Amino acid sequence: MSATEPRLPTTAPTPGRETKLFWEALADDRFVLPRCDRCGHVVWYPRQFCPVCHTMGVSWFEASGRGSIYSFTVVRQAYGEWKPFVPYVIAYVELHEGPRVLTNIVDCDPDSVAIGDPVEVVVDRSPEGAGVYRFVPVTRRR
Amino acid sequence: MTIRGKAHIAGAFEHPRREIPDRTLPQLHAEVATGALADAGLSFDDVDGFFTDSMAPGWSPITMAEYLGLDHLSYFDNTESGGSSYLMHVGHAAAAIAAGKCNVALITLAGTPRSDRGRMRGGGNMGPDSPFEWLWGTTGPVSQYALVAQRHMYEFGTTSEQLAWVKIAASRHARHNPNAFLPDEVSVDEVLASRMISDPLHLLDCCVVTDGGGAIVVVSPDVASTLDRSTVSLLGHGEAPKHMHDGRIDLSYTGGVWSGPRAFEEAGLTPDDIDYASIYDSFTITVVVTLEDLGFCEKGKGGPFVADGALEAPHGRLPFNTDGGGLCNNHPGNRGGMTKIIEAVRQLRGEANAAVQVPDCEVAIVHGTGGSLGNRSGAATLILGRADA
Repeated sequence: MSATEPRLPTTAPTPGRETKLFWEALADDRFVLPRCDRCGHVVWYPRQFCPVCHTMGVSWFEASGRGSIYSFTVVRQAYGEWKPFVPYVIAYVELHEGPRVLTNIVDCDPDSVAIGDPVEVVVDRSPEGAGVYRFVPVTRRR
Repeated sequence: MTIRGKAHIAGAFEHPRREIPDRTLPQLHAEVATGALADAGLSFDDVDGFFTDSMAPGWSPITMAEYLGLDHLSYFDNTESGGSSYLMHVGHAAAAIAAGKCNVALITLAGTPRSDRGRMRGGGNMGPDSPFEWLWGTTGPVSQYALVAQRHMYEFGTTSEQLAWVKIAASRHARHNPNAFLPDEVSVDEVLASRMISDPLHLLDCCVVTDGGGAIVVVSPDVASTLDRSTVSLLGHGEAPKHMHDGRIDLSYTGGVWSGPRAFEEAGLTPDDIDYASIYDSFTITVVVTLEDLGFCEKGKGGPFVADGALEAPHGRLPFNTDGGGLCNNHPGNRGGMTKIIEAVRQLRGEANAAVQVPDCEVAIVHGTGGSLGNRSGAATLILGRADA
């Protein structure tokens, strides 16, 4: 993982009581996921409740940060602060741990992106120093 | 227990305008309510059930009930499921009528997103999911549905040309609708040549943004029997939410896989019995994936199904959205469910535009999709029948 200039507009997320540790880890360049203490299920979106076994004990673990593209789109018409950044890629990345997470694919030619491509996580920083997770194609990573 | 035959749609009204900067939202609710009640031959004083959505001004349906002067309500509801809300309202109204909770239910929708452009940004309510989905430059529903379309193409070989055929059929129907926002027929080439908004969805794969609204009046069979106007019988209703399923979302299907069979079972009918279909068409892909889920073709075969004129009225295999749908006619308030019901009522009454009236139209299906198929959505299906059929 690297913490360079943000590749796309990067807004500081609003950490809630249930997700504070997730965002704190990202600010520290670590991508963690929540796992149910009881059934071991990896929960997404992050929360302190397991929607599979319906219990409240959930702990964080260091994730692989790797996955593959489940679906994607190249945005060619955007608004506001995103407008100057077209074309850019929004994708669902299927993490090795199971969840499909919405994100951006960065550091690549948008027209080269394909479903199934392997990717790994990078952290972009907001002006305030908060971290958000994006993904880069593994084979094309600089 | 079934809803079949327990409630009738007696009145339906679509606001004729598509850009309405000179009306407030409450005024539009009043206009469409007046229109639907007049269509039914009923008055505001007859209304004892009221259903509207969370876009309606005020903290509760009570606010609009006060504005409209609905003084005899024994039942009200604002089930929110985006564009599919109004189909759910019909189902809920019918259940309430069947349970004796009300006899005349008014359902209203109004919205002015065209006139509000640049003045308002609808942010919606923050959910616990929002911090994980709002950081990526999503462009409203377009980028979300683009993810669905891309995956459909990957899994099933669906093509942009096949998607375009949905728009072609809608545009051919819109030619006959004097109120249609986009009344001109377009070709496959024109769809494919329109600018790419969010791959693989072009501008002409997207529905229109219009002001307006509509209203429906649902009544008990006893009330229906007193009316001069022909009514439409509710034969079946099904609804279902589909969410991200703990981040394991499967983009290949909609909640129609649950709502459709429930509605068909209640009606005692199958897709083969359907004469006309109002299918939610926020985007061309919405129609393709929905037709698969409702059982009109196999999963993954929606592309070939729509590509041979099957959706064109009056003689296609499954005439759909004969008003021009959301793709060409109207998508008031960014919500297409109400207009879908209204066109089905027109078809069953034999009051569709003559060139697209389905001959001997006895049974219609209406399907609504609310929210986004790219993350979480509400599906609702209604089966409607001509009252005398």
